[in-house]
Amino acid sequence: MGQRIDVEHLNVYYGDFLAVQDVNLNIQANKVTAFIGPSGCGKSTVLRTLDRMHEITPGARVEGKVLLDGHDLYGKDVDPVAVRRDVGMVFQKANPFPTMSIRENVLAGIRLNNRHISKSDADELVEWALRGANLWNEVKDRLDKPGVGLSGGQQQRLCIARAVAVHPQVLLMDEPCSALDPISTLAVEDLINELKRDYTIVIVTHNMQQAARVADYTAFFNLKAVGKPGHLEYFADTTTMFNNPQNEEAERYISGRFG
Amino acid sequence: MSPNKNGNISTTTDLRDSSDETAKNSVLTASASQSVDVSANVSCESAPVTPDFSKFAPSDSLLKRREWKSRIMAGIITAAFVIAMIPLVSVLWTTIARGVKRLNLNFLAYNMSGVIGGMPTPSGGHGGIEHAIIGTLEVTLGAMVISVPIGLMCAIYLVEYARGSKIAKAISLLVNVMSGIPSIVAGLFAFSLFTILLGPGVSNGFEGSVALSILMIPTVVNSSVEMLHVVPDDLREASYALGVTKSRTIIKVVLRTALPGIISGVVLAIARVIGETAPLLMTAGFIVTTNWNLFSGQMTTLPVFVYQEYSKMSVTCPPSAGSECVSSIPSERAWAAALVLIAIVLVLNLIGRLIQRLFSVEAK
Amino acid sequence: MTDASEYDRAEKDMGVTVDTRNADAKNEPDAHSHDGIFHMAALFCGALILVALGAVVLFLLLRAWPIFAGPRSQTEAVFTSLSGGKAHGFLQYVGPLIFGTVVIAALALVIAFFVAVGVALFINFYAPRRVGTVLNYVVDLLAAIPSVIYGLWGALILVPAMYPFWNWVSMHLGWIPMFAGPAANPPRTVASAAVILAIMIMPIITSMARDILAQTPRLNQEAALALGATKWEMIRLTALPFAKSGMVSASMLALGRALGETMAVMMVLSPGMTYSWHWLQASKSQTIAANIAAQYPEADSLGVSALIATGLVLFVITFVVNLIARRITKKGGAR
Repeated sequence: MGQRIDVEHLNVYYGDFLAVQDVNLNIQANKVTAFIGPSGCGKSTVLRTLDRMHEITPGARVEGKVLLDGHDLYGKDVDPVAVRRDVGMVFQKANPFPTMSIRENVLAGIRLNNRHISKSDADELVEWALRGANLWNEVKDRLDKPGVGLSGGQQQRLCIARAVAVHPQVLLMDEPCSALDPISTLAVEDLINELKRDYTIVIVTHNMQQAARVADYTAFFNLKAVGKPGHLEYFADTTTMFNNPQNEEAERYISGRFG
Repeated sequence: MSPNKNGNISTTTDLRDSSDETAKNSVLTASASQSVDVSANVSCESAPVTPDFSKFAPSDSLLKRREWKSRIMAGIITAAFVIAMIPLVSVLWTTIARGVKRLNLNFLAYNMSGVIGGMPTPSGGHGGIEHAIIGTLEVTLGAMVISVPIGLMCAIYLVEYARGSKIAKAISLLVNVMSGIPSIVAGLFAFSLFTILLGPGVSNGFEGSVALSILMIPTVVNSSVEMLHVVPDDLREASYALGVTKSRTIIKVVLRTALPGIISGVVLAIARVIGETAPLLMTAGFIVTTNWNLFSGQMTTLPVFVYQEYSKMSVTCPPSAGSECVSSIPSERAWAAALVLIAIVLVLNLIGRLIQRLFSVEAK
Repeated sequence: MTDASEYDRAEKDMGVTVDTRNADAKNEPDAHSHDGIFHMAALFCGALILVALGAVVLFLLLRAWPIFAGPRSQTEAVFTSLSGGKAHGFLQYVGPLIFGTVVIAALALVIAFFVAVGVALFINFYAPRRVGTVLNYVVDLLAAIPSVIYGLWGALILVPAMYPFWNWVSMHLGWIPMFAGPAANPPRTVASAAVILAIMIMPIITSMARDILAQTPRLNQEAALALGATKWEMIRLTALPFAKSGMVSASMLALGRALGETMAVMMVLSPGMTYSWHWLQASKSQTIAANIAAQYPEADSLGVSALIATGLVLFVITFVVNLIARRITKKGGAR
C-alpha cells in the first residue's frame, strides 16, 4: 500500500542559489499527483527531494520537512539509501543497466537487499513485476537478452518493473513519457492507472493532457521570473485544476497563454 | 499460477503471522480475495500473483552490513589513493630537493670535459650538462622531423582518403603494433639498421633520432587521427561544394581546423620520447664533450647523462684534495640533470595540454 | 541556417572567395595533378608504416642471424660468457630471462591494477569535483615522468627505504616460498623491481580507467541510487561493469609497457639467471630489456646478435600482449 507524503516549508538550494521556495504540499496515498508548470520552475527538483536524489548534485541541499507517513525523510538519523528503498523513481529517459539481462535488471534492486534468493522466488518476482509493468507478454521469451535491446517504450516499462520490484511505498516519475512515442505513452499511462492501487504516485509532466488523463491531484509550479526561485502556485484536484481553477496564473498556463 | 502453489495459500497466512523473517520456503502472500481483485482489474493479462515481499526484505543486520561495506570500500579507495600519492610525491620532491643543490648556471653552461674526479673545474663548477641539453634537443628535433610529416600524412591518409577501407584498417593495426614496440627494441633496430648499412661501430645522434621516431610515429598518427575525426564532415562538404580540390580542402580546411589539436598531440609525443634512455644508450652513445653535429660522432643526451652519472655513483677523493673535492658529485649531478629533464617534460606537457584546452574552448 | 554558417566558415577558413574559385577552375589540370601528388604522398606515408615495421623485424632478424647460423663452438662460448656459465644455447639463455620478465611485469601489474582502479574511482566518485580535475592533471603529469628518473629514485630512495618492510615480510610470511628469507639488503630484488614498475605503470592504468569510468552513464548511476543502492553498490552495479573491458585492456597495455621497461629495472635489480620464485632474494632474476641494456656495452659482435635475438623474443611477447589488449577493447567497444 502506498503512503502519504507531506511537504512542509521546503526550500531547495543549489549552492547559494534558492531554486525552490517554501513548498507546502500534501500528497495523498494511493493517488496520482501530477506536477505541472513551465520549464525551470523546480518541479523536477521538488520531485527529486522526495527521495533525496537531489543530494547527488554537488551543492544541493534542502530546508524544511518531507514527511513520509509522518516520518521526516530529512531527520537526523535517516539514511538516504533507506529513503530510496521506500521511494522508487522512474526517470525521464529509460535507463536499464546495459550489462544486465532483462531478468537481471528487474532483480537488480532485490539482489542488493538479499543475495540468496531461490530461483523460483526470483522467477515469480520477475514475472510479477513484468506483468505489473505490462511487459511480460512481450519479453517472456527473451528474459536473458540484454535490457538495452528493447524498444524505447519497452525499456521505460522495464525500468518501471525494476522500480516496482523492490516494492516501494511511493513511485516518483520524472517525465516518464517525454522520450516515448504516443503508443508507448498510452501504455505507460494505463500502467500508472493500474499501479496507483498499490503505490502513491507522483509524476512530473510537461504534457497537460497527460496530467488530466492520469492524475487525481495536480500541483502547478511557477516562477515569477527567470533567476527567481520556483514555488508552488496552486494545488487542487485535477478536475478543478483543469475545469475551474481558482488561480489566475494556473488558468493562464492551462489555457495555453504562457509557458 | 501453478496448482501446488494454490494449495499453499492456506498455510501462508499462518507462516506470515508467526514470522515474516523465517518464511523462507516458497509461499504466497496474496490472499484469495486479492488475487481475484487483481485479475478483475488487469485487463489484458492473466492475474499476476503478488509475491511475498517479506522474503525479499533485507534484515536489519544486512542493511548495516551494506552500509558498512560501502564505508569500508570508501576507506579502501581513499587509502589506495593515498598509497599511490606517496611514491609519486616522493619522486617529485626528492628530485627537486636534491636537484637544486647543483643546479646553477655553471651546470647548464659547461660540459663534462676537463672534469677530474670530484675536483672543481677551472670555471669553478663541477662539470655540467650543456652537451647533454644540446644532444637531447638535436636528437629529439631529428626524431620530430622524421615522425611528424610521416605520422601526419599517414593520419591524413587514414582519415581523408581511406576511411573505413581495408587498407586503413590494416594500417591502423600496424600503427597499434608499432606503438607497442618496447623502446629497447626500437634502439636495437636503429643500431642494426646503421651497423648493417654503414658498417660496424657507427654511432651518431641521428641513429638515436631514428630509434626515437619509431616510438614517436605511432603516437603522432593516433593523436592526429583523433583530431582529424573531430573535424565535422559538413566542413569538408562545404569546401567541396565550393569546387575546391580535395588536397586544398585538406590543407586549408581540415588541417587548419585540427591544427591546435595536432600540435598538442605532437608536443605530448615529444614529451614522451624526450625522456627515453635505453634506445639512446645503444645508438647515440655517450661522450663528455659537446657535439653539434647530429650526423657524426657520439652525442650525449640528458637521460643517458643521468644514467651514466648514476652508474658512477661516487668518486674517490685523494686525502690531499681537501674540502674542494666532492666525492658524491656524480649522484649530485644525476639529480640535477634529472631535475632539468623533469622540468622540460613537465613544461612540454603543460604546453601540450594548454593548447588542447584553448582548442576545446574554441570548438565550443 | 547552420549550413549557411558553415559555408561561411569554410570560406573564411580557406580564405577562398569567388575569385579564387574561378582561378582554381582555370588551373583545373594543375590543381588535379596537385591533388594526385598529395594523395600519393599520403598513401606513401601510410605504406611507410608497413615498411618501417617490416624493417624493424627484418633488420633485427638480419643482425640476430649470426648467432643462429654461426659455428656452434663460437655461439656456445658467447652464451656461456653472457650468462656467466649458466647457459650454453639460446633457449637455455633466454628461458630464465623470459621467466624474469614475465614474473616481474605480472607482479607489477597486480600491484598497480588495484591501486590504479582505486585512484580512478577516488577521482571519479569520491573526490570533490574541483580536486578531481587537479588530480587528473597530476596523474597525466606523473605518466610523463621519464623512466630513468623513476630508476634513479627507485635505486637511491625506494630500495633502501623498503628493506625494513621486506625484512618484516620475510620474517612473518617466510613460510610462503615467494617470501622466503633472508631478505636481501639492499633489496635489489624481484619484489622491489616489481614495486618500482608498478609505480611507473600505475598512472597509465589510472588515466585510462578514469576516462572510461567518467563515461559511466549518469542515468544508470541515478537508477542504481534510486533502487536504494549504497554508493559502493552503485559503483559495483553501474561503473565497474561498464568500465570492465576498458580497464582490462588498459592493464594489458600497461603490462606491455612493464614488459619492455628497461632503465628502472636495470637500475634497481641485481640480476640473476634462475627460475627462482624467491622474490625477496637478490640475484635471482633479470628481464630481457634490462639484460640487453646492461650487457650491450661489453658484448662483441656475436654477443650483440645474441642480445638482439632476445630482443626479438621480447618484441613477440609484447606484440601478443598488445594484440590481446586491442581485442578486448574491440569487444568492449562493440557493446
